[in-house]
Amino acid sequence: MFTHATLVLEDGSVFRGESFGAQGETTGEAVFNTSMTGYQEILTDPSYTGQLVTMTYPLIGNYGVNTEDMEAARPCAAGLIVREYSDFYSNFRANESLGSWLKKAGVVAIQGIDTRMLTRILRESGAMRAILTTSDEDDRALLEKVRRSPEMTGLDLASKVTCAEPYTWTATDQTPFALLPVRSDDQKRPFKVVVYDYGVKRNILRRLTAHGCSLTVVPAGYSASRVLALEPDGVFLSNGPGDPEAVQYAVEQIRELLDKKPLFGICLGHQLLALALGGRTFKLKFGHRGANHPVKNIRTNEIEITSQNHGFAVDPESLDPRTVEITHVNLNDGTNEGFAHRELPVFSVQYHPEASPGPHDSDYLFRQFIDAMAANVPTVVRA
Amino acid sequence: MPKRTDLKSILIIGAGPIVIGQACEFDYSGTQACKVLREEGYRVILINSNPATIMTDPEFADRTYIEPITPAFVEMIIERERPDAILPTMGGQTALNTAVALAEQGVLKKYGVELIGAKLEAIQRAENRELFGKTMREIGLATPRGSFVKTVDDALKFAETTGYPIIIRPSFTLGGTGGGTAYNAEEYRTKIALALSASPIHETLVEESVIGWKEFELEVMRDLKDNVVIICSIENVDPMGVHTGDSITVAPAQTLSDKEYQFLRDASVKIIRAIGVETGGSNIQFAISPKDGRMLVIEMNPRVSRSSALASKATGFPIAKIAAKLSVGYTLDEISNDITKKTPASFEPTIDYCVVKIPRWDFEKFKGVDDTLGIQMKSVGEAMAFGRTFKEALQKALRSLETGRHGLGADGKDAFDPELLSASEKAEWIEKVTNRLRMPKADNIFYVRYGLLLGMSVEELHAITKIDEWFLRNIEQIVRMEQELKAYALPAGV
Repeated sequence: MFTHATLVLEDGSVFRGESFGAQGETTGEAVFNTSMTGYQEILTDPSYTGQLVTMTYPLIGNYGVNTEDMEAARPCAAGLIVREYSDFYSNFRANESLGSWLKKAGVVAIQGIDTRMLTRILRESGAMRAILTTSDEDDRALLEKVRRSPEMTGLDLASKVTCAEPYTWTATDQTPFALLPVRSDDQKRPFKVVVYDYGVKRNILRRLTAHGCSLTVVPAGYSASRVLALEPDGVFLSNGPGDPEAVQYAVEQIRELLDKKPLFGICLGHQLLALALGGRTFKLKFGHRGANHPVKNIRTNEIEITSQNHGFAVDPESLDPRTVEITHVNLNDGTNEGFAHRELPVFSVQYHPEASPGPHDSDYLFRQFIDAMAANVPTVVRA
Repeated sequence: MPKRTDLKSILIIGAGPIVIGQACEFDYSGTQACKVLREEGYRVILINSNPATIMTDPEFADRTYIEPITPAFVEMIIERERPDAILPTMGGQTALNTAVALAEQGVLKKYGVELIGAKLEAIQRAENRELFGKTMREIGLATPRGSFVKTVDDALKFAETTGYPIIIRPSFTLGGTGGGTAYNAEEYRTKIALALSASPIHETLVEESVIGWKEFELEVMRDLKDNVVIICSIENVDPMGVHTGDSITVAPAQTLSDKEYQFLRDASVKIIRAIGVETGGSNIQFAISPKDGRMLVIEMNPRVSRSSALASKATGFPIAKIAAKLSVGYTLDEISNDITKKTPASFEPTIDYCVVKIPRWDFEKFKGVDDTLGIQMKSVGEAMAFGRTFKEALQKALRSLETGRHGLGADGKDAFDPELLSASEKAEWIEKVTNRLRMPKADNIFYVRYGLLLGMSVEELHAITKIDEWFLRNIEQIVRMEQELKAYALPAGV
């Protein structure tokens, strides 16, 4: 039933398994995600562009895929690596098997390899380039290809995944499991928000809408003056793939918006905001990808279990403590998870309050953005 | 928050003798609690009538009483030892019921003893089904339609509104004693009478049946700062209608997407807060309709339970130990993660394996007992196994049961060889297997395999057993592998 597939890492490690996705070849950065659920959201998250995602949970495909749990129009990850793929699925929402969906989307996927060993290699040596192929090429030739493929550091991938033209967004989560608040039809939507799309996840758009925002999504390279011409109440800086330091054009626009509009950033948006405030970012050894990362909110001392997906991080030492307050810290490794400007209504987090997949503990941040916009425009009538 | 210094001595109530529904898991939790609280410098007083427990070994408590676990005896101990607090959440339902009785009789107030772990109101909200249903409605969660009755007549009136089957759950009983499912009016009358007499307050819940729905459990922990974490999700292979203690269960949940899992997670967080369990662990059970995903809250245990022992071993997160620390004021971020030692306990374990638990029954020793499984627990023990696949964990757990089986088949212990059956014998066996699987029984998993060997389809088996097709497909893969390997067998005598 399955044909073979091979995974070769930059360090020369070779894994042989079976293909359960499309036939073909793909290169990218091999990373691992520790979420036990949410493979469909992970695969469609544009932040995984250029990455071969290993799921550490060994049984993948069990609940199939459905039409609702999409974070983009199609899968974005470069490839998928699992221990055991289940072609049979059981879930009342599912309409297709994961394998068939990946085949249609042209995504290469491998199963039947020791993902625990692979994860150990990535933890010890760090995330590294790899090739995943269904071809019969010999390992040496494959290794050559890996070593010729681009490194993640220095890559601007936001420009590859951003939208071509501005568009408006009005949808919310309509499943029976939707998180409240969900906008009701009679609710006023006074807050106009411009969303910079560096590879935005749809659930961010759904959550902003659910909290009562009317959204215009604009391309990553959209100029600050054009954003201001839209007269938004606030500007949102999205998540996205790649190295933040390679997205200088975005940093420059953000710098111009800093003292003009309330700003809220998530993930790459957080990193770009740090750069705009004069900070630095660096590459983490193997990154944070999963749905169980404990983050401490320094202001309230509360702990949030968070959804994370990032390979780069903000160096908190690089931010001026006179202008920037560190608001969130990762309890596992002490890395920065959030900061706020001391005077301006500008803040951001490294993790994913929109979850999808992951826990909803941090949804209050969307409310915080609404409050920041309300405080900034006191004349606005709030629903 | 540092630990509480206003408390000096703490009374821990054990679970008493081993009975069905309350076994060594509460020795495990109680022993952990004794150890932790002594390490923290508290004077620990223990009562447990069962001397064959680890916790009653002299070194585990400062003072150990081997006395009956009744309110009267515990009161005498309180009078003599004057503890500052009682930790009632470690000794199963026995300890919880005793603590409730002491609180309601005013004994705790009289001696100035505080309940830690769970307060009286929280225990009542969780254990009293009427109050529980009301609390769930207040936070927007649904429970099965039901009614509390104190007479057979009232019970019959309820049946007119729902039809059969109806689930009978007597109030305040252990392991579902006196409970059951009634499929017709005659059975219903008899079972209601039994349930009313089993309940200490002569009351029983009668409930719309969710038999055949998928069953899930979440293990939740909360601290005094209101941090809440989920330790583990568990999916029951046997659908609703079979007591969790009698179900084959799997951790983590296998057939929920993230959206559905997060719904259960959010519900669990809301439930532990609304019930008001201030510190420690709770177990919450949900039923999900396989057709449309409708979700109902079934029940909550506001204490360490059998499932928490399983969740602790499955994830490496020591629930009883952490619960004991939380009960004296520590918060999750102040306690270190037992596995990593470096990171805090305020995280949600994620695992890269699958855990299967299979109950062990001993019907040979209980002559005359109906071996049909229902909502009253009948198993006397359990075996658990880890695997990188469900199939691996299932096989290891079956082998661990010490029932003489080496897994699902391939051990020469089958009742028949499908290849040697005549057409009529085969038809007989199919009928036999079908009839057998209609009722949940202890060794049904072997009959599922027989069904597959006889050529029954996964769809047919699902229609009969309501076991989710994902599990049946995995069992089918084991059977297929066995048949594939059989083709390579050496001829006899080689």
